Amino acid sequence: MTFIIQQTIVYAVPLMIVALAGVYAERSGIINLALEGIMIFGAFCGVMFVNIMQGQQWVLNAFAQKQYGLLQLVEILAMLTAAILGAVFSLLLSFASINLRADQTIGGTALNLLAPALVLFLVRLLTAQNTLFMSTGDAASWFMLKKTTFGFDKDAELSFIGNTFLHKVYLANYLCILIFIILSIILYKTRFGLRLRSCGENPQAANSLGINVIKMRYAGTTISGALAGMGGFVYALAAANCSSNGDVAGFGFLALAVMIFGNWNPLTIAGASFLFGLFKCISAGYSSIDINMDGVYLLREIGVSPHVYRMLPYVITLIVLAFTSKNSRAPKAEGIPYDKSMR
Amino acid sequence: MSVPAIELKNITKTFGKSVVANKNVCLTVNYGEILAILGENGSGKTTLLNMISGIYYPDEGQIFVNGEEVSITSPKDAFKYKIGMIHQHFKLVDVFSATENIILGLEDDGKYDIKKASLKVREIAAQYGFEIDPDKKIYEMSVSEKQTVEIIKVLYRGADILMLDEPTAVLTPQETRKLFAVLRKMKESGKAIVIITHKLHEVLDISDKVAVLRKGEYIGTVNTSETNEGQLTEMMVGKKVTLNIDRSDPVDPTDRLIVAHLNCMNRDGFKVLSNVTFTAKSGEILGIAGIAGSGQRELLETIAGLQPMVTGGVQYIVPETGKIEFLRDKTPLQIREMGIRLSFVPEDRLGMGLVGSMGTVDNMMLRSYRKGKGIFLRKQEPKALADKIIEELEVVTPSASTPVRRLSGGNVQKVLVGREIAAAPTVLMAAYPVRGLDINSSYLIYNLLNEQKKNGVAVIFVGEDLDVLLGLCDRIMVIGSGTVTGIVDARTTTKEEIGLLMTKEVRKDA
Repeated sequence: MTFIIQQTIVYAVPLMIVALAGVYAERSGIINLALEGIMIFGAFCGVMFVNIMQGQQWVLNAFAQKQYGLLQLVEILAMLTAAILGAVFSLLLSFASINLRADQTIGGTALNLLAPALVLFLVRLLTAQNTLFMSTGDAASWFMLKKTTFGFDKDAELSFIGNTFLHKVYLANYLCILIFIILSIILYKTRFGLRLRSCGENPQAANSLGINVIKMRYAGTTISGALAGMGGFVYALAAANCSSNGDVAGFGFLALAVMIFGNWNPLTIAGASFLFGLFKCISAGYSSIDINMDGVYLLREIGVSPHVYRMLPYVITLIVLAFTSKNSRAPKAEGIPYDKSMR
Repeated sequence: MSVPAIELKNITKTFGKSVVANKNVCLTVNYGEILAILGENGSGKTTLLNMISGIYYPDEGQIFVNGEEVSITSPKDAFKYKIGMIHQHFKLVDVFSATENIILGLEDDGKYDIKKASLKVREIAAQYGFEIDPDKKIYEMSVSEKQTVEIIKVLYRGADILMLDEPTAVLTPQETRKLFAVLRKMKESGKAIVIITHKLHEVLDISDKVAVLRKGEYIGTVNTSETNEGQLTEMMVGKKVTLNIDRSDPVDPTDRLIVAHLNCMNRDGFKVLSNVTFTAKSGEILGIAGIAGSGQRELLETIAGLQPMVTGGVQYIVPETGKIEFLRDKTPLQIREMGIRLSFVPEDRLGMGLVGSMGTVDNMMLRSYRKGKGIFLRKQEPKALADKIIEELEVVTPSASTPVRRLSGGNVQKVLVGREIAAAPTVLMAAYPVRGLDINSSYLIYNLLNEQKKNGVAVIFVGEDLDVLLGLCDRIMVIGSGTVTGIVDARTTTKEEIGLLMTKEVRKDA
């Protein structure tokens, strides 16, 4: 059970934070098809940052002396770096689609093509191989929270809650969930959120009330870029063995799908992400999941082909979302370049 | 005399190099007064108000608010000077509630508090006699409710100067009366009101002063009490328009379209047409009168094959052979393939009639592309047709490929009617073809319909202006609540008789 919950979080968190990135862009009226590209770029930037930091003496000392606080600080800084550089990267899309009024789909696709090529090029340049790791050796040991981190004994028996949420987990995932909640509230319960949403629905109306549509759209896409970059790093950290190789296994596109089927609504998106995460974790570890702790690995024993398990997350997510998204409705003005004089 | 609310001096605005929207316009609006701005389509009325409300910025001239010269560069500035504009095309966010739309963009120090805001909305509504539900979503609202939201939006911002761009174009006569009552109340409370409208009787009804624009130029301002329709029309169009429509006697009328015992439901399962029976004859114009929403739209759509009928039938008599074709349960395409040239000018021009983002040429092609052989479209014919329509109907458009959405309402209608007539129809149905059009464009449309009549086409004309119906049509069928309440001879009947027929069935139901 503990394993299932932890793995579910690992897969669900990047998905939901990137889907929310999509929501912020589209609610402001810009289709951010570049989520995948920004994720890839953010993952690289974060991993690169960690890689550099691990060459610093104070970080090495902190690791040697088990100053976990400092190490977690490095992790948070890496997240920030990924977010900031992701936001900067997304400015390419913002500039093209807001200022130059280019087709947003094409702009996003361009970024999606650019990011993996650029990242792979840089990785090869830096490492002479195809993958950039955060560190030599066991990277997870640097940032993973374990019970020893909190001062418990190695053999100490924690309760179920403690075992699940405090042992072998990443702080980054929890931070992302927190950010997800805060940003969801901002979108619906603040003046800023109302304005952002109005720009995605009827920018002419927003403008007639004195709202700067261009500014709001930049805000939307920049927040989107930051979230996607951060999501990329979190994916690289927790789900991809702390490495960057110009690929995030299509999570960016998956997040787009989750966003659309989730009706641009954070709650539905979170639900869909966790559902996907759950089945992704089953497909990854079905052979070692012991559901009722009786020593029988049921999922392996029933003799279903492993391929079926691997398909499951995608198929189930698709089916459930298809049924729950009957009233799915995109922001009305998304994808349309803003033209002041249009009626 | 007190300081005028707004004073414009020599305002000039040009778009691009050649289009002059406003030239040397001077206007004065006082508090406690309603000023009507009158002008044909494209005479620059909306542009003028847009400059006062900060959407555009004038090239030349000065704007004074309360006697002080101001520079209004954005809608925010306009609100600062307590100027509020109600646009013709509502600027509302459909998925938001009324309150959310009203407080959108507001910069007050208070907390973001929807509940408090909706209370204030209720207060304002009560003060001026509006009816509104602050929590209702815009997409659930009727047109007049949306307009109410727009008006409250500017009142909420404390506007003392209200500008309304064609507020009555989308309202029924009853709703218009309600709106005018509200406007009078605002006037009494000392607000300055500017209203744009085409309808002369409304101008005479509501305004204190009338300012007239013609092709962007300012013609003059007159006191409403000292003018009449004739003078205003002359100021507006520059020449005396004969209000009489040239009506010829029908030539050799024969039955062309026989509609019998038609029953029809709308999507919600309400009966919208019951037992409608009539005959449309060639060479005459059959007018259809009735209160808006009495089933006129459904009737035409059913004949055109766009809506299913429950019971009843439509027979078409082929002019050459006298053969009877049955149109029941046929799609528009099937009807056309039967060789029946039925043209339909729908009420919703850009929704049903034309594709807004396509140019005139492409819109022409929508009707004819099936004729082409081979896999590629042939552009020459539609291009020639488009050019012909633009030239003959005097459509004002930068080019034949400019998206029709960018054209003004009258020009859009000319394109649509031109296309339908070009198909050489034997039956021409037009629903409110002059709605939102100025006098000159309206007459152009009337003449086109008359021409078709002379060519032996059976014309069905759904109209709202009884004077026009009486002057244009040969027979008038009156619909009330989906039933035919009478068919009268347009030459001998009176407005009063039609008015009685219009309300006949309504009373029985109520």
